[in-house]
Amino acid sequence: MSGDPLLRVEGLRMHFFTKAGVVKAVDDVSFSVGRGEILGLVGESGSGKSMTGYSILGLIDPPGRIVDGRIDFDGIDLTRLDAAAWRAIRGNRIAMIFQDPMMTLNPVLRIDTQIIEAVQAHADVSRESAIARAREALVRVGIASPDERLRAYPHQFSGGMRQRVAIAIALVNGPDLIIADEPTTALDVTIQGQILFEMQKVCRESGTALIWITHDLSVIAGLADEVCVMYAGRFVESGTVADILDRPLHPYSRGLIDSVPSRNERGRPLRQIPGMTPSLLSLGPGCPFRERCTSASPRCVESPDVTEPSPGRRLRCFHPSA
Amino acid sequence: MLAYAIRRFGQSFFVLVLMSFLVFVGVYAIGNPVELLVNPQADDAERIRATAALGLDKAFLEQYWVFLKGAASGDLGRSFVYNVPALSLILDKLPATIELAFVAMVIAIALGIPLGLVAGLKPDSILGRGIMAGSILGFSLPTFWVGLVLIMVFSVQLGWLPSNGRGETVTVAGVPLSFLTADGLLHLAMPAVNLALFKLSLLIRLTRAGTREAVLQDYVKFARAKGLTQGRVIGVHVLKNILIPIVTVIGLELGSVIAFAIVTESIFAWPGTGKLLIDSINQLDRPVIVAYLLVIVTLFIFINFVVDVLYSMLDPRVRLGGAASH
Amino acid sequence: MAGLVLLVAILVVGVLAPVISPQNPYDLAQLDVMDSKLAPGEKSPDGRTYWLGTDDQGRDMLSGIFYGLRISLGVGIASTVFALAIGLVFGLVAAYFGGWVDTLVMRIVDIQLSFPAILIALVLLAVLGQGVDKIVVALVTVQWAYYARTVRSSALVERQKEYIEAARVLALGQARVVFRHLLPNCLPPLIVVATVQVAHAIALEATLSFLGLGLPITEPSLGLLISNGFQYMLSGKYWISFYPGLALLLTIMAINLVADQLRDILNPRLRK
Repeated sequence: MSGDPLLRVEGLRMHFFTKAGVVKAVDDVSFSVGRGEILGLVGESGSGKSMTGYSILGLIDPPGRIVDGRIDFDGIDLTRLDAAAWRAIRGNRIAMIFQDPMMTLNPVLRIDTQIIEAVQAHADVSRESAIARAREALVRVGIASPDERLRAYPHQFSGGMRQRVAIAIALVNGPDLIIADEPTTALDVTIQGQILFEMQKVCRESGTALIWITHDLSVIAGLADEVCVMYAGRFVESGTVADILDRPLHPYSRGLIDSVPSRNERGRPLRQIPGMTPSLLSLGPGCPFRERCTSASPRCVESPDVTEPSPGRRLRCFHPSA
Repeated sequence: MLAYAIRRFGQSFFVLVLMSFLVFVGVYAIGNPVELLVNPQADDAERIRATAALGLDKAFLEQYWVFLKGAASGDLGRSFVYNVPALSLILDKLPATIELAFVAMVIAIALGIPLGLVAGLKPDSILGRGIMAGSILGFSLPTFWVGLVLIMVFSVQLGWLPSNGRGETVTVAGVPLSFLTADGLLHLAMPAVNLALFKLSLLIRLTRAGTREAVLQDYVKFARAKGLTQGRVIGVHVLKNILIPIVTVIGLELGSVIAFAIVTESIFAWPGTGKLLIDSINQLDRPVIVAYLLVIVTLFIFINFVVDVLYSMLDPRVRLGGAASH
Repeated sequence: MAGLVLLVAILVVGVLAPVISPQNPYDLAQLDVMDSKLAPGEKSPDGRTYWLGTDDQGRDMLSGIFYGLRISLGVGIASTVFALAIGLVFGLVAAYFGGWVDTLVMRIVDIQLSFPAILIALVLLAVLGQGVDKIVVALVTVQWAYYARTVRSSALVERQKEYIEAARVLALGQARVVFRHLLPNCLPPLIVVATVQVAHAIALEATLSFLGLGLPITEPSLGLLISNGFQYMLSGKYWISFYPGLALLLTIMAINLVADQLRDILNPRLRK
């Protein structure tokens, strides 16, 4: 990708200031997404990947706070915006889709209300034209008989249908970027595939960039252009999807890839990463993965800097695998 | 919907008949009203005549049967004391009670939901904690004691508000109303606030709990992610969800507001049905007691029905009559 | 903690009322009409000081409040204990046997709870007349249903659990299963409800007495003292009503505070 990326996150830190102490949910994370590009943001639960997504949208609530870093979106540093300006971008130029479609749609509001309000929050248009855009968005995500669907309530929809509606809401204002937080995890496998295909198609057609947050590397493989791996709130490594999946440099990424079941290795026990993710509350300096890492050395009690072992490839590790 | 309504009315009718019997049995056991009504110097013949005139010489079941026959044609008996139909006595006083209960409920809702929202959105702020402390106090204070303190402060010490009666009323469609005149409003202020206080505390707690739960839901985060204003997220997405339990409770509490009006009416000498009930109990005016209870129970049943309908309108997942939803 | 200290102090005062009161307010020989309606702190002609004033009969308000507390607490606790016992039995029976027994009990509970407690108590007292025993009956009648419902719902949850199944498989007697296994597990929520209900019972008794339907003048609870003073309120003699009211308020608040703490202690989800 050439030119300035659409979104560049630089050294983002988002901490929760709780009574028990400071939780560094996002701690020095950097990545960028070009226009129309798809980035996979990968990590286990608690790795801070969702919190990174919320930070970009300005949806962090107290006691959480962005303490450092930049979020440059199309030339604007979002962290410097006031609440109103950030709201004007939210849902308009950057949209988000959540994990559980059963929970994201308001159960007591009709579908049309929930789409129209998204349109009217950003454009001074009549109800009629807002409905027209809502109908168009539903058709784009493959919902048949949209007029009938618009008058329905969420509980009359299946999980997959609800997620399509949520995607339609995200698309309705023609955003430049969609942040999708594990939008297929809660769905049946067959529906997962459909939604994945649909999202990919829609984003390619409209040139919308996509950040796909997931713990599932197999989803990323067929979807993303670039991958960014996170662990315990920290950046681990990033690169093209082929680089990361075929030649992971960080021991953690390698562990993740090895733990994905593969058809070629049928009958062999799956390898897994020993140990558990550390508590973010008690996390000291140094590489957070060192306790579980087979390549760890005494040096790992210090924090490694981010290096660029090859063009477009970034890594934070003293002991990259060759 | 229609089948549901019919079933509901069937059940209600059964409860009503059962209630009337229990009440009748109970009230039948209250002392002998003749003793209170006739001249203490009256002789036995006169007593017997009075007893017969009131229909009290008949067997219990016969009295009940006479009552039921009358009730079917809207006649709930005549007051022993006032010698007018008990029902009309109640209906005369009912507007005052309903006005008081209604205004109290409006105060409780108009203050309780916003205060509860604030306390729920900012539970750790000084304001939020203050509202909660106030509502705990409102729960602990017995209604009649608050009434006394109100009188002590606003009538006796400050002399701002009158302590009894309805004040000047305006008759609208045959119903006298206090809240349309300045004097009536002054008279209404203390009783209404007094009656509202407990429900206000309840609504604050309920709204706060609902808000705290709702703001954690994904649909609120999603609504914010759409770029909606804070006002719309809270006013539509949060409020519409927490209104469901709130409406239910308001409906159920409307009945208890009318019941607790008995206390408030006694303190502020508000000429409503509650005061009439207490007077009737003291005067052993059986037909009025029975008529009061039946009217109140009917009112409760009606309110419950309205609440059910409102509930189904607010929550699309509930459809009356158990119609299947998928 | 403050709630507990206050509650213990109130209980001690109530129990020791005859010992610590400056006078026996219901021994007419100790009353002097000359001392009637003295303001708080005022000295009587014979040199006694009435710290909280006197009522229309020259009764020391402080002593009246101590004795009143005793009656209010007694009525509140007694009615709660009886209601608890009755509700416990019906709730356990409904939960354990299920079926039509359960339906019948719960239908009665539902119908009763759909009417405001004060209305039921009022009608009952109108029928029964005045007296400590009668008000206890009225309070028990309006309260038992809460306990029955609370016990039933927690018993139903417990009944699903494996250890009850195990006890049944072991062919333990039904009574043994109910009382040794179901009952202890239903107690924590019940204790909280019961504590709150003592406060409710005291407030309700005071309200009914205030309306002139609760206790006779020979057994003056706090509510009756307040009612008695109400007629002097408008002439500015606030203390006859106000101090008994304050005592009532403190009692109810102390109980509610303790109940809140109990709730936190007994709720395993909140225990961290």
